[in-house]
Formats: sequence, C-alpha cells, structure tokens
Amino acid sequence: MNEIFQQLVNGLALGAVYALIAIGYTMVYGVLRFINFAHGDVFMLGSFTGYYIAPQIAEWFPLPGWAGWTAVMISTMIICAIIGIVIELLAYRPLRNRPRLTVLITAIGVSLLIEYTCQHKAFFGASQKAFPKLLPAGNFTMGGLSFNTTQFVVLGVTLILLAALTFIVKKTRIGMAMRAVSHNSAAASLMGISNTFIISFTFGLGSALAGAGGILYGMTYTGIEPLMGVNVGLKAFVAAVLGGIGNLPGAALGGLVLGVVETYAGGMSGISTYRDGIAFAILIIILIFKPTGLLGSKQIEKV
Amino acid sequence: MSRIFKDPRLLLLIAIAGAVVAGLSADKMNPYYSGVVIDIGIAIILAVSLNLINGHTGQFSLGHAGFMSVGAYVSAMITLALQKSIGPAALPWAFLPALVAGGVVAALAGLLVGVPSLRLKGDYLAIVTLGFGEIIRVIFQNVEAAGAASGLSGIPRLTGLTWTFTLVAVTVYVVGCLVNSTYGRGFIAVHDDEVAASSMGLNPTRYKVTAFVIGAFFAGIAGGLFAHHKTSITPQVFDFMKSFEVVVMVILGGMGRTAGVILAAILLTLAPEFLRAVAEYRMIIYALLIIFMMIARPQGLFNFERKKKPLAH
Amino acid sequence: MIAPLLELENVTIRFGGLVAVSEVNLRVGDGELIGLIGPNGAGKTTVFNMITGVYQPTDGKIIFGGKPTACQKPHVLTKRGMARTFQNIRLFGSMSVFDNVRAATQLHRSHGIRQALWRGRSHQTSEKEVEDRVLELLEVFSLQDYRDELAKSLPYGGQRRLEIVRAMATQPKLLLLDEPAAGMNPSEKEDLMHLIEFIRKRFGMAILLVEHDMKVVMGICERIAVLEYGRKIAEGTPKEIQCHPKVIEAYLGAAAV
Repeated sequence: MNEIFQQLVNGLALGAVYALIAIGYTMVYGVLRFINFAHGDVFMLGSFTGYYIAPQIAEWFPLPGWAGWTAVMISTMIICAIIGIVIELLAYRPLRNRPRLTVLITAIGVSLLIEYTCQHKAFFGASQKAFPKLLPAGNFTMGGLSFNTTQFVVLGVTLILLAALTFIVKKTRIGMAMRAVSHNSAAASLMGISNTFIISFTFGLGSALAGAGGILYGMTYTGIEPLMGVNVGLKAFVAAVLGGIGNLPGAALGGLVLGVVETYAGGMSGISTYRDGIAFAILIIILIFKPTGLLGSKQIEKV
Repeated sequence: MSRIFKDPRLLLLIAIAGAVVAGLSADKMNPYYSGVVIDIGIAIILAVSLNLINGHTGQFSLGHAGFMSVGAYVSAMITLALQKSIGPAALPWAFLPALVAGGVVAALAGLLVGVPSLRLKGDYLAIVTLGFGEIIRVIFQNVEAAGAASGLSGIPRLTGLTWTFTLVAVTVYVVGCLVNSTYGRGFIAVHDDEVAASSMGLNPTRYKVTAFVIGAFFAGIAGGLFAHHKTSITPQVFDFMKSFEVVVMVILGGMGRTAGVILAAILLTLAPEFLRAVAEYRMIIYALLIIFMMIARPQGLFNFERKKKPLAH
Repeated sequence: MIAPLLELENVTIRFGGLVAVSEVNLRVGDGELIGLIGPNGAGKTTVFNMITGVYQPTDGKIIFGGKPTACQKPHVLTKRGMARTFQNIRLFGSMSVFDNVRAATQLHRSHGIRQALWRGRSHQTSEKEVEDRVLELLEVFSLQDYRDELAKSLPYGGQRRLEIVRAMATQPKLLLLDEPAAGMNPSEKEDLMHLIEFIRKRFGMAILLVEHDMKVVMGICERIAVLEYGRKIAEGTPKEIQCHPKVIEAYLGAAAV
C-alpha cells in the first residue's frame, strides 16, 4: 500500500515538470495556434543554464543552499524568457499570417537547430553532464510517506508558479489582453491590444516556466544532456493535449496525470519497457476519441 | 509530361531496361560508388512516396521512418528465415516477394495511421504520425524476434543496382500516374481545400487513407532495400531524425513536385559524401536550411514555376 | 402531389446554448429558383451547411429527392445531386482553372486507382471524355481562355464564375449558391443575374440562392423565403415579400413600417 503512495509522489514530481512545460505549449497554442516544437529545447536550455550559472552564483551565495537555489531559479527563468522571446522574434515573427504548417515546420527546424548546435563540442557536447547540487539533501516523512527535499520543492515550486500564472492570466491587465488575443486576435488588435507585444510576453512567460522545469528536472534526475528536451518536450505536449490544448488548468492536470501514469507503468513488470510509448498511445487515443482533451471545449469549424 | 510520351508505360519499361543494364555493369563499378547510388535510390523512393502524403495530399506526416522500419524488419526477417531453409543460392528469387511483403505490412501500418488522419489536421496529425513512428520503434526495441535493441544483423546483401533502379522507376511511375489523372486531382483537391473537395463529391477520407497506404507501401519497399543493402538494422536507425531527413527532401524539392523532390533526394544524399568536412554539421545545416526555406522560399528550392500575376479584366 | 426535390421540416440547430436556426420549413421543387434572404447573421449560410451535410441539424428533417439526408457526408450528398458554391470563395488554389473543373467530374466516373495506374485504352477514352466535358463547360461560361491559369489568379468575378462552373460539373439537380453577388459591383451583379437565369434555362436545374442583396433576389427568384434570427419570418413571391411588413421591419427597422 505504502509502495503505491510512494509511486504517486514520484509520479506527481515528474508530472509537475511536465505540467510546467505543458503550460508553455498551451499558452503559445492559445495565442498563435501552432505547436512550438522548440519549447522542449527551451526546457533543456533551462537545465544547462542552471548547470553553467550555478558555479557563478556560488561565488555570492553558498550552494547547496536555499538562497543560492533561489538565485539560480530566478536567473534561469529570466534567461529562458529572453531565449523564448528571441526565438519568436527571429524564427516565427517573419511567418506571421503564413499557413500553420509552415510555422510548424519552422518550429521543428528551430528545435533541431538548438539540439544539434548544443550537441556540438563547441557548446555543451553530446555527453551527459551531472547537474550540480543546489539544495541540501534531506528526507522527511509526512503521514507515513517519505519525501526527499527535492520532491517537496518540485511540487511546492510548481504549485507556486501555477498560482502566480493563474493570477497573471486572470487578474492583471496583461493577462486579460492575453486571453483577448487568444480568443480573437483580430478583434483584440482593434481594441488597441498590441498582438506583437502579447505574443512576445506569452513566449517569455512560457519559456520562463520551461526554464524552471529544467532546473527542477535537473535536481530530480541529476543527469542532463542536449537531447533531453525531445522526449520530455513531446510528453509535455501530450500532457497539454490530454488536458485540452489552449486550456491552462488542463495543461497542469494533463501533466500530473501523465507523470503518474508513466511512473506506475514504469514500475509494472511486463510493460515497463514500453514506458516511452505510453505517452504517444495516450495522445493517439485522446486525439481520436476526445480531441478536445479532458477540459477543452468544442470548436466549430467555420465554412 | 504525358504529352511528350503519350504512354507513360513505355517510359517505365525503358527505365527498367536501363536498370537491368546498370545492374549488369555494376561489377565494374567501384563498390563505394555503387553503394552511394543505392543510397540515393532508396532516398528517392522515400522522398517520392512521402511526397504523395505530405506534398500532393497535404497530410503532414512525420512517421515515414516508422513505415520504412516495418518494411525493413519484415523483409529482413523473411530472407533471414529463408536463408536457412532454402539456402543462399535460391535467395535472390525470394527477394522481390520479401520486399513486397515488407511493403504490404508497412501499408497496413499506413492504413492504421491513415485512420486518425480522418479527424486530425495539420500540426496534430504531424504529432500523431511522429508518435506512431516512435511507438513502432519502441515495439521493435522490445520484440525478441526482431532482435530487440540490438536489431537484426547478417541480413543477406541482396540489394543491387537493378532492384534499386527498377523500384525507383516503379515508385515514380505509380505516384506520377496516380496524381496526373482525373482521379488523382482528388489528392490535390483535398490538399487545397478539404471542405470544397467534399462538396465536389470527392471523399477526402478515401483520398487521405489511400495516400497513406500507398506512401507507406513504398516506404516499406525502401526499408527492405535499405536492410538488404546495409545488412544490419537496429530500431535506432529509424528514429524521428530519419523521418525528418525525408521531410527535408520533400520541402527542399517543393511539396508536390516530383522532379524537385528527386533532385533534393539526390543532393542531400550526395552532400555528406562529398563534403566530409561538413558532415559533422549536417543536421545543423539541415535545420538552418529548413528555417530559411520556410521564411524565404516555402514553394521549394527547385520550383522555378513562374509566379503568375493576377489577370487584368 | 409529387414530393419536392428538397424539403426542410422544422430544421433546428444549436451551437452550445445558441439557437442558430430554429424550426425552418422550406420546399424547393424541381427546376425552381428560390431565394433565401435575410439580414447578416440570420442563419442563411447555416441552413446551407445543414442542407449540404457540413453540419447536422439538432432537430428536424431534411429530405432530398425523397430520401432523408441525415448523417450523410457532403460528398455523398453531392453524389445524390446537390452542389454548392461558398460565400468566401473556396477554389482549389494550386490548380489550374481546367483542373478545378476536372476534379469535380470525378464523382460520376467509375475510373479510379487501377485505371490511373494501368493507363489502358479505356482510361484514355475516359480522360478524353472528361476533357471534352470540362472544355465544353468552360466555353459555355466563357472561361476557356483562362483554362491554364491558376484558379486564384482569376479576377474576382471570374473566380465566382469558376466556382459555379465547378459546381455544375458535378451535374447537380439542385444548385446552391451562397451569396454569389457578395463583393460585386452593380454591373457585375447584373451579369450574375443573367448568368443564373441562363444556367436555369440551359440546364434546367433547381437553384437555391442565398443572397444579401435584395435587388438580385427580387429580380430573378420565383419565390423568396426570409430569415431573421434563425427563424423564417416570411415566404412568398417577390411582390408579396416586398410589401410584407415583417420583412420591411427586419431590413429597415421598426420605424419604417
């Protein structure tokens, strides 16, 4: 029994990372209606940003330590936000109003460009790197369940970030503008909302969350490499579709569900080797039987 | 095209005759060169068949390597089994049936993938086909009979110039004839506007599934040629990157333009051979090429069709 | 009494909470020219989409040629004999004018993949027949000079005309025209009215015409149905419609009555 709950904790921790990335997919889909394939790679860049700036931060704040960790988190999120905005500016903005497929193919190109450039020895190199320790190790039990500090932090940070995001989207002027653009970008621009700015902001926000996900992933799995964004990114996308693409709570829910399902499946003998196929199987089933996802709403095609 | 030679069947026969002649003279050829030529042939079959799905019919598929792997595994398992029972001497006779069997199973996989395409469009379909490709890979990675992660090796080297050229000719013939007929305008109609196509009495479902099935069949054939050319295969060979390479060929050649796509397949296969120095940057260059193409020349690099100006009244 | 070609019985459709079309009844007899008019957003195009199978009505029945159309896909209904044009022109943009029409002739052919691949004599004769038919149609609608131009490079009026030709190539019993005069200037509208009358005379099919422009409809239709807020508020001859108080109210506001 305890084993099952323990797996649940592990699954939620993995799902939290998926959720953070899935939100980026869903937000970009909301305003631009395309799948930002390169989003998984921003997540990867988040991990590597943490890897490279941790030694710098350690000169001011002790690492592992809470203050240092906070500094790494915040600076990574800022850097990733900038990366996301730059990607949009260089690759996607010239394609505004082009067919969606054109943008999708470009996004795949951007994704491969990042992956293979980073794999080159002049950058990160193809080999796996050990993610630095950011937090003091520790274990504690709660209600018979044992958490380690990392799992606790992963879940806690995810909840805080989700709350902050919900606040931004629901309560602030800019959040309202985001929702307006996502609802009808043409009408929004007639109301004096700058689509360009909102799209940049959306990319920045989503990328910051992906960066945070990158740090949390590094803390949990300790090994990072330039292709890690491919699989995690695809699964996060599946999570976004599972929850209903374009729907923020849906993306969070989808991420958690997927993380838990994968963790349980990975623990079961017989199907554990198929673990990487599960996400895709879920994706296909969802898209065929309920393409709007768990929380999405139906859209009618105009003729 | 059909106006120069009234009957495309004649062209096909000439091409096959040429393939036989090429096969006979292959002995005198440097094996490295003939190897590269076979690589090119396989690339052409892959690109032209993907072009039917992605280019003509407009169903963006990222799963071509998956279909290819099905053909490769099925045909290789057949010839490996036959090698033991009928011996190597009779094996060449079994090659074509083995290839076709691989193609047929790949076509069944294409049918399976084609079905979701009825409900999905554009980016969703791309992701689902990618997912299917990955699922196929995960399955091969786990099936003992297919050698699991270490794959199959010791596959008889049966792929020669004759078979490669013949099958290239057949692929180009089939895709070309299919599209260049009143029936085949349906593929392009579905590509241009599905709603309008169905309002004109064309069944988009039929066309899309047909494109997937035929495209997958030839990808399976290409996989079979590939397996019997390299003599060993692993699931890793057929990952997403392989699919993407074929997609790059189709985009570079101009979606829906057979001649351009063939040219792109030749160039992209030759480039890493001639430019050993840049081989290391190959994927980076591909990626940059794709981004550049989409921004500057989405109609394809080799599409020189004059842009028609709107007519005056 | 002979059953009409097309009959709508209490057809209703809801999108979520919105009732877009409510209990509409309509009959179109063989060879009739009926107009369907109404202010913007009255549900005219939605009615079209239900007739042609793009949307399924939530309630009510649509009967075409004596048989219900429920749950039939657009391409099936086209085979049964209805063809349409679109409000926002939907041509096959990457194809030539000729091929646009050619694609629409496929539905009555038995020739498919096998013949296309085998390229035998019967394929050649069949392709020749198609070519002749397409050319004949293009000539009738004086588009023959543009046969090899890309469809989207035609001038606006030409594109509208090509859409009609394409629909005609499916040999329909009922032709549905969705705002064919939209975006046209008065002289183009005049031409269009002649074209529609010409089609009817020459091919003798029934036509259902959705139109925003009262003048066009009044000029050529035998009977007119008026929609407002998804409901049919009036039906009758152009004369009756012109002085129908509800119609005047819908178009000009209550003050005008």
